[in-house]
Amino acid sequence: MTLDKLLVVAAALFCCGLYIVMTRRNAVAVLMGVELILNATNLNFVAFSHYLSRVMGGQIFAVFVIVLAAAEAAVALAIFLRMFATTGTVEVDLADRMRG
Amino acid sequence: MTGPSDYIFYAVAAMTVGSAVLVAVLPNIIYAAVALLFSFAGVAGLYVLLSADFLAATQVLVYVGGILVLILFAVFLSNRIADVKINNPGRFRLPAGAICLVLFGVLSFTAVSTPFAVKRTVYLPTTADIGELLMTRYLLPFEVASVLLLAALIGAALLSRPDREAPEAEDMEEGKG
Repeated sequence: MTLDKLLVVAAALFCCGLYIVMTRRNAVAVLMGVELILNATNLNFVAFSHYLSRVMGGQIFAVFVIVLAAAEAAVALAIFLRMFATTGTVEVDLADRMRG
Repeated sequence: MTGPSDYIFYAVAAMTVGSAVLVAVLPNIIYAAVALLFSFAGVAGLYVLLSADFLAATQVLVYVGGILVLILFAVFLSNRIADVKINNPGRFRLPAGAICLVLFGVLSFTAVSTPFAVKRTVYLPTTADIGELLMTRYLLPFEVASVLLLAALIGAALLSRPDREAPEAEDMEEGKG
């Protein structure tokens, strides 16, 4: 296990998340892709912090990223439920009206 | 240097990336959510291998226990029960796949070909250090994050409330009955 292998794993996770965000139509699935991307960045932070530095900065940053991801997921899912109640669908392609 | 930890790393990495690919290609969104669970668990395993014990526990608690359950709730709440078709094939599959593969190639090549100044790695528990740093050097971001969580909590509760007029009337009627 070396740094470059971990970076390759994180790159694979990131590309999977990017593919999901680009291809999926269901908003909840898009959110899953975003979570994958955040996980990939976290993995990069922790890997660099473990291999290249002595301080804990990378891990602290990863903790804050997890906090932000949780808050983002909660608000996004509340918005999706609201959107479903208003329009009857959570397709991102159909969400093009500002006013429900 | 190959040892047992290398084999464990390959196994965990294969589980993580394989599950992530499954999330990307499975058309059924519930199957995709279950695959996402294994991907998150794999990332937690990688944290353990990187001696980030606090982060591994947080990953399991927050992602596997919290966000994934939230996502499953949203999947079930945002589809009509009679509407069995939760299948959701994507759009732009070919160009998106090409872009992602090229990006993955570029990122992997960069990661492999860059000579990083790797220091000698140490394996120590990090929870106490993280707690101390959060209370000293990173106190301001910590407090800002708590305010952010409060704001997200209030916002999510406000957004997911049903319409104002109708349910209050229902509540009144329930109170009378």
